[in-house]
Amino acid sequence: MKKLNFLKPDIDNLNIYLYSGASLIFLAILDVFLGSFFKISIFSFLPNFLSFLFPLIIGTIGLHLIRIEFSGVKNLDLINENFNTNNFNAILSLLIIFIIIKVTPETLSWFILDANISGDTKEACTGSGACWTYIKVWMRRFMYGMYPNELQWRVNVAFLILIALAFVGYLPSEKLKKFLTLYYVIIYPIIAFILIYYLISGGAFGLEWVETGAWGGLSLTFIVSFFCLIFCFPVGMFLALGRRSQLPTLKYISIGFIEFWRGVPLITVLFMSSVMFPMFLPEDFFMDKLVRVIIAISLFEAAYVAEVIRGGLQALPKGQYDAAKSLGMGYWKMHIFVILPQALKLVIPGIANTFLALVKDTPLIFVVGLLEITGMLGLAKTNPKWLGFAMEGYVFAAIIFWIICYAMSKYSYNLELKYKTER
Amino acid sequence: MNAKIRKIIPQILTLAVVALIFGFFTINAQTNMENRGIEFGYGFLTQESSFDVQFSLIEYDGSHSYARAYLVGLLNTLLVAFIGIIISTVLGVVIGIARLSPNYLIERTAAFYVEFFRNIPLLLQIFFWYFAALRALPLPQDADAILGVFFLTIKGLFVPRFVWENLDIFFYSILAAFISIIVIKNYAKKLQENEGKQLPVLSISFGLFIILPLITFLIGGVSLSFEIPVIKQLSTTSFVYEGGLGIPPELIALTLALALYTATFIAECVRAGIQGVSKGQKEAAASIGLTPNQVLKLVIMPQALRIIIPPTTNQYLNLTKNSSLAAAIAYPDLVLVFAGTALMQTGRAIEIVSITMFTYLSISLSISILMNWYNKRIAITEK
Repeated sequence: MKKLNFLKPDIDNLNIYLYSGASLIFLAILDVFLGSFFKISIFSFLPNFLSFLFPLIIGTIGLHLIRIEFSGVKNLDLINENFNTNNFNAILSLLIIFIIIKVTPETLSWFILDANISGDTKEACTGSGACWTYIKVWMRRFMYGMYPNELQWRVNVAFLILIALAFVGYLPSEKLKKFLTLYYVIIYPIIAFILIYYLISGGAFGLEWVETGAWGGLSLTFIVSFFCLIFCFPVGMFLALGRRSQLPTLKYISIGFIEFWRGVPLITVLFMSSVMFPMFLPEDFFMDKLVRVIIAISLFEAAYVAEVIRGGLQALPKGQYDAAKSLGMGYWKMHIFVILPQALKLVIPGIANTFLALVKDTPLIFVVGLLEITGMLGLAKTNPKWLGFAMEGYVFAAIIFWIICYAMSKYSYNLELKYKTER
Repeated sequence: MNAKIRKIIPQILTLAVVALIFGFFTINAQTNMENRGIEFGYGFLTQESSFDVQFSLIEYDGSHSYARAYLVGLLNTLLVAFIGIIISTVLGVVIGIARLSPNYLIERTAAFYVEFFRNIPLLLQIFFWYFAALRALPLPQDADAILGVFFLTIKGLFVPRFVWENLDIFFYSILAAFISIIVIKNYAKKLQENEGKQLPVLSISFGLFIILPLITFLIGGVSLSFEIPVIKQLSTTSFVYEGGLGIPPELIALTLALALYTATFIAECVRAGIQGVSKGQKEAAASIGLTPNQVLKLVIMPQALRIIIPPTTNQYLNLTKNSSLAAAIAYPDLVLVFAGTALMQTGRAIEIVSITMFTYLSISLSISILMNWYNKRIAITEK
């Protein structure tokens, strides 16, 4: 048996190092755990600043003791490789573990244990945690804005039909599959527009008219991002083709257009659409605020989509163009059947990122007075009956946006894998 | 002949359409302005603005002109962009490297940070910091001093102000330190190329950077003192800080949100850049006997930076453009001061919005021109 050297643990005295190290780590974690959940400190006999640092110190010593390479114990090797490669890493690992333990009880108590959800008034919120009653009472406003309560079924129905129609792509037989692109690019947007125009806006078929100023909340976020998404993609595609065009006028107009929109912030574009754009129209010509906003955001995002697609076009080897031309294809045939399908496949992640940015940009429409969910929160928090619940509101909206955006990014990742072809 | 016509016709058609649209807009704008009795022109810029701005880097009040109000807004925008870029770069680089850490916990924490802050709209984050987080801070009279001199209150952060004497000498000493560092760097490079010797450039530079300014304190007559903010009671309920430097909560919320948000994108750029250097490069460098530090400094970083810098500059531009969200929390940036207040007062929509857009456009374009030049310079020249 070798002499014990605690500065340099080795494999000969594996068990001694292992047990002493593990017990030190256990003591450290136990102390932090008790301190955060039950407000008990094992090391309270030490001076104040030491008892705070003590778990970290003994934890680091413990991790140092169990850092034995090629010990032959599978789990120990795993721990050493992943958390404990050197002292610096050991300290960081411990810090992260301690922070997680410290934060858990407070988060839990704010979100669930000390939170209130019952009742309909501010007085129902007695706990020290979150007041979910506020969210519950304002839920309809956050979802539908100022849309009249008794008509909200129309919004729901419109969205349900749209979702159902979006899944049509999974149904048809092989024979009809070639029409799918046509369906998604042209027919679906038209159906969507008609649905939203007649069902949500109303004014025909005995449905009551609801002006766009009353639309709001999360449903408005969906409407704006949906239409901008549909419009910005084709515009962006044409801009990208224009920028790569051999015709100088087309090329420079496209470059000028793209660089202009990419160079200005969205908020000034919205300012332009609300205060400057009406000056450019005939006096008796009225364009709805929502339409103006959708056009503005679509043009803005189209410039970004164009740059992404251009990246895909440039990444294609020149041989593809030459091969298509040698088959006698013209400009449009070549792009529709050979170039664009390959280029678009390459830029799925980029386009998904642009669409994500679009969804995240929708709250900006507060500039022109349209209130989607973030704007509604601003309205709700200044309501004299419900002062002081800004935190709950923003946390709620953040969770919703996070879920939407995270789901979108995961979906695009799957799409990328699905269409990945080896070259 | 046929091919020529086929090339010319679409061009003429697009030109005609663009010209028609512009013509239509111009005619409408003219009639509209005539009807409202406004005359197009930038003469209003020299008029007295007669509105106040809460936070300004230069001297400004209502008696100054609109042009000066524009300058105030522009400087405030640049201030936010500058602070935001510094914080987000530091944070982004740390997190980007952490995402490549062999330590599972660190890697997951960094990934969690990126996924968390990237998927929440920036405006929501700004609102959160401004309306929820910073509103929970104590009132001025209840605030405890941090380290004895900083006061973080609901009215903002109050920090000591530097009071310099002979600041110019101190400034020259820093300039001298910079120049001597460059000279030493060049000398070290020559020494290595000619004789194979290496100088500890980094420690020498650090030493110079600290010692030269220190000398000016001892013999140059430079002195520095701090003006610590002191709380003062105005009435029974209202308190203010006097002296020191007050940083308004709007600025804190805005820079914090911008930096945390942009850092996630910079972190991804850094990660992609380091991963983009092929493994063979590292192994080759190690096999010719370079130390790990040298591998990082001489082989990995030069190649990684080539991948990292262009998208990161893009993020800096995004940050600058996103700083216009300041208007939502009433931080007086270019959009709020000029496209907001000034536009309300003068009603000159076309002139003011176009100036604002042109400002952002020129910032963006000049940086992208700079970037293109840099890209050309560092691009690998293939044989």
